[in-house]
Amino acid sequence: MQYIDEHLLPGQLGHFFAILSLVASVLATIAYFKANRLQVVQEKTSWLQLARVFFFIETIAVFAVFILIYYIVSNHYHEYFFAWNHSSLSLPPKYLLACIWEDQSGSFLLWNIWHCVLGWIIIWKNKKWEAPVLTVINFAQFCIATMLIGLYVFDVKIGNNPFILWRHEMSQLPIFSDPNYLQLPRVHEGNDLNTLLQNYWMVIHPPVLFLGFASTIIPFAFAYAGLVNKDHSWIKTAIPWTSFSAAILGTGIMMGAAWAYESLNFGGYWAWDPVENASLVPWLTLIAGLHTNIVYKATGYSLRSTYFFYIITFTLVLYSTFLTRSGVLGDTSVHAFVGSDMTAQLVLFVVVFFVPAIVYFAIRYKSIPTITKEENTNSREFWMFIGSLVLFLSSIIIISKTSIPVFNKIFKTNVAPPEDPLKEYNQIQIFIAIIIGILTATTQYFKYKNTSNSFFGKRIVLPTVIALVLSILIIVFANINYDKYGIGFLIAIYVAIFGSIYAIVANAMYIWSGLKGKLKAAGASVAHVGFGLVLVGILLSSAKKNVLSQNTTGIAVFKKDKREDPAENITLFKRVPTDMGKYTVTYVTDTFNVAEKKTYFEIDFKSKDGKEHFKLYPDLMKNNKGMEGMSANPAARHYFNKDIFVYISAYEQNKENDTAVFRKKELKVGDTVFYGNGFVVLNKIEVNPKSLQTKYNADEQALFLNITVLSKDGKQYNAMPGIALKGNSLRDIPDTVPQQSLAIKFNKLIDPKTSTIEIGIKESAAVSDLITLKVYEFPWIIILWIGIILMVIGFIMSILYRLNRMTS
Amino acid sequence: MKKIHIIILVLIAAAITILISYTGNLTTYETIASAKQKQGKPVKLIVMLDKSSIQYDAKNPNYLTFSVIDTLGNKVNVVYHNSKPENMEMSKQIVLGGRMEGDHFECKDILLKCPSKYKDDAKAVNNSINASN
Repeated sequence: MQYIDEHLLPGQLGHFFAILSLVASVLATIAYFKANRLQVVQEKTSWLQLARVFFFIETIAVFAVFILIYYIVSNHYHEYFFAWNHSSLSLPPKYLLACIWEDQSGSFLLWNIWHCVLGWIIIWKNKKWEAPVLTVINFAQFCIATMLIGLYVFDVKIGNNPFILWRHEMSQLPIFSDPNYLQLPRVHEGNDLNTLLQNYWMVIHPPVLFLGFASTIIPFAFAYAGLVNKDHSWIKTAIPWTSFSAAILGTGIMMGAAWAYESLNFGGYWAWDPVENASLVPWLTLIAGLHTNIVYKATGYSLRSTYFFYIITFTLVLYSTFLTRSGVLGDTSVHAFVGSDMTAQLVLFVVVFFVPAIVYFAIRYKSIPTITKEENTNSREFWMFIGSLVLFLSSIIIISKTSIPVFNKIFKTNVAPPEDPLKEYNQIQIFIAIIIGILTATTQYFKYKNTSNSFFGKRIVLPTVIALVLSILIIVFANINYDKYGIGFLIAIYVAIFGSIYAIVANAMYIWSGLKGKLKAAGASVAHVGFGLVLVGILLSSAKKNVLSQNTTGIAVFKKDKREDPAENITLFKRVPTDMGKYTVTYVTDTFNVAEKKTYFEIDFKSKDGKEHFKLYPDLMKNNKGMEGMSANPAARHYFNKDIFVYISAYEQNKENDTAVFRKKELKVGDTVFYGNGFVVLNKIEVNPKSLQTKYNADEQALFLNITVLSKDGKQYNAMPGIALKGNSLRDIPDTVPQQSLAIKFNKLIDPKTSTIEIGIKESAAVSDLITLKVYEFPWIIILWIGIILMVIGFIMSILYRLNRMTS
Repeated sequence: MKKIHIIILVLIAAAITILISYTGNLTTYETIASAKQKQGKPVKLIVMLDKSSIQYDAKNPNYLTFSVIDTLGNKVNVVYHNSKPENMEMSKQIVLGGRMEGDHFECKDILLKCPSKYKDDAKAVNNSINASN
């Protein structure tokens, strides 16, 4: 059949370049391997030149593949499954790049590109290590290229070709009997980018994260070079590279956290999801390796552990690739890909790097130089090493917990994560945070080799006292009383706050007391201050996280157990002010934005003390990809000390206009008034009732009506509308019975003697528009973000400082 | 023995202790029948959702009930005291965490798949082509 309007050339070119990159990477690997083994200078150079040519071809091919994919997606050539499945005609162009990351092969491609960029920087800057390092990079490039070819070798499919035509991928679909299938409306429009990913963080988070992943290959490749060539002098060159990798990977992880915080409704930035853990763990081991690396450079200790940490870091990156892409996490993670036919290939990817490296390491172990004399406990290197060990311990614990599904697969068990996995993680990791915080604070005050007690003691006293005072002030004034996990955990939080404040204070003071204010050399201290701030930010924001949308309608529909109170959603009827803690919230109106395909809701917040009045605009976006429902985008109000974070958990639209008004009714205590679906009884009038103290201020005089609502179906509800008086001003406090679409307000007191009053009753004919809202308050989250930025600045400072010293 | 070695041993011991105590808190994936034997104990169920059974009123966003069927064909009612997860109707297979209480399952958490990661199988694609939007 001849199909109409197809563009076959870009796909054919793309597939050609994908295969070219595979071939070029094999040849480059061989040529670099050979060049590394040869000793004769002339031969070596000629192999090196050849290898560079191959690597150059490969780079061209990888970029060509990327450009062609982008070309296909941006031109909406929906004959390609990739383009149809990940984009749509009406998608804002700024999200086109995110379409590429949405796909498995697209993110592999990103990895490929970064390897090429890093490879050329090595060729440009570290020629001495070019041959062995690029052997490793090119071999990794080969492995990734196999994921992108989609060829059958003896009936085994290798990789997924992103350029495959839709009608080849799914030839069984009935639409392909139509030669003009591209004009079918849904085909023409495209399946769109997932609504959750239509977010600016999703455009930049994956490139940064993958640069982080890709760059961990450099320390690994240096370690390989050292083992193969028995030359351990790479250790100096590696430090800036490792720092770079740690900075970028850290930024990438936290950008993902920022995305989770702003767009996904997990109620926070970190949920210990397996996918998050899998990228955190290599960062921990990388940091461990960076510290042992610095120890070796300064003292000659810890070379073996440096080798080990760098090998294990890259292995963990590969393992996390396996975890998130093979489908093994299907039952435990929200993010991981479901099922994939690449499991075997992904396992191999881990094995081909880990096994040779660890075997080589074992063989060479004895010949790696070490110092037989033991480290002095008064030395900096001793405590740095301990810190690295603790980080490694933490990573082992996290990755073991995350790997439960893998153990299940191997041992055919059916173990599941605990009921409250967050608690399990937090309870252990808070102790790690305490140890690491205190080590970060004190270690710089030791000198390498040996430190006299008086020297250490004299200088550590002041930061210790300051940190102690500061942390007590914070604990008291921030009123930290997080008791969800009991008193033991609360004490651990207190100690951890001290530990992290200690890290901040001690490192900040070290810039003056240790480095005499030489800011250029203070990269490490700045990064450590940033790290301390990250810990403080995490502790404060998690311990003080607060649900504002407590359901205060008083309807107990469920059992509340001592551990959690799930009534975290509040229902708002359009234009009915509703009581929510210290705010009165009103769902004012909603508007549909055609270009963005979003419905924006105007939510009015008025604090009862009258000090604050603001509006927030969370939105809902209709789901795409054939899914029903909406996906919610939160809106946040940022204060310097907290964020108020609002999202819509449900929306029900009334088809008719809400024409209902408040009907006036006069009644006395004991009287009943009918409404459409039953009647209301006025039980009594209460003056300044204690039980409703949150609804009025101390300086106000409040009158509340105690009303029982009885519906025809025999259900009973309580309503407490009221008024609050202050001088001459009167404030309305209406109450609603959402289940009955009923709003009641207290209009006025007609005759105090007979207790005759007037109320207003409003009932919507149909259900009025309503939303349910979830509102969180995250205090001090800004400290976390500032900490991250400072940490990255510290890394950059130390990279520049070291590079400078190396060249001069 | 060097101090470092002692510390390493202590840390290894700590790691092992932590992980062993962790295994004590692990739950298990159960079938509905075996979960009924473990009344009140936290378990996980991997089940199919009976879409027609979902009962939810947005006016009371803290109460959701539905029933689920496991691979052996057993059925149980589930109560979830929270708002209905978006896209719930779309998921065929879901993972529930919670406890059996009497004849119903008190659900603490529902795991649906992150929508971006639905498998791109032909059936899903076909649904999408025929979708109205």
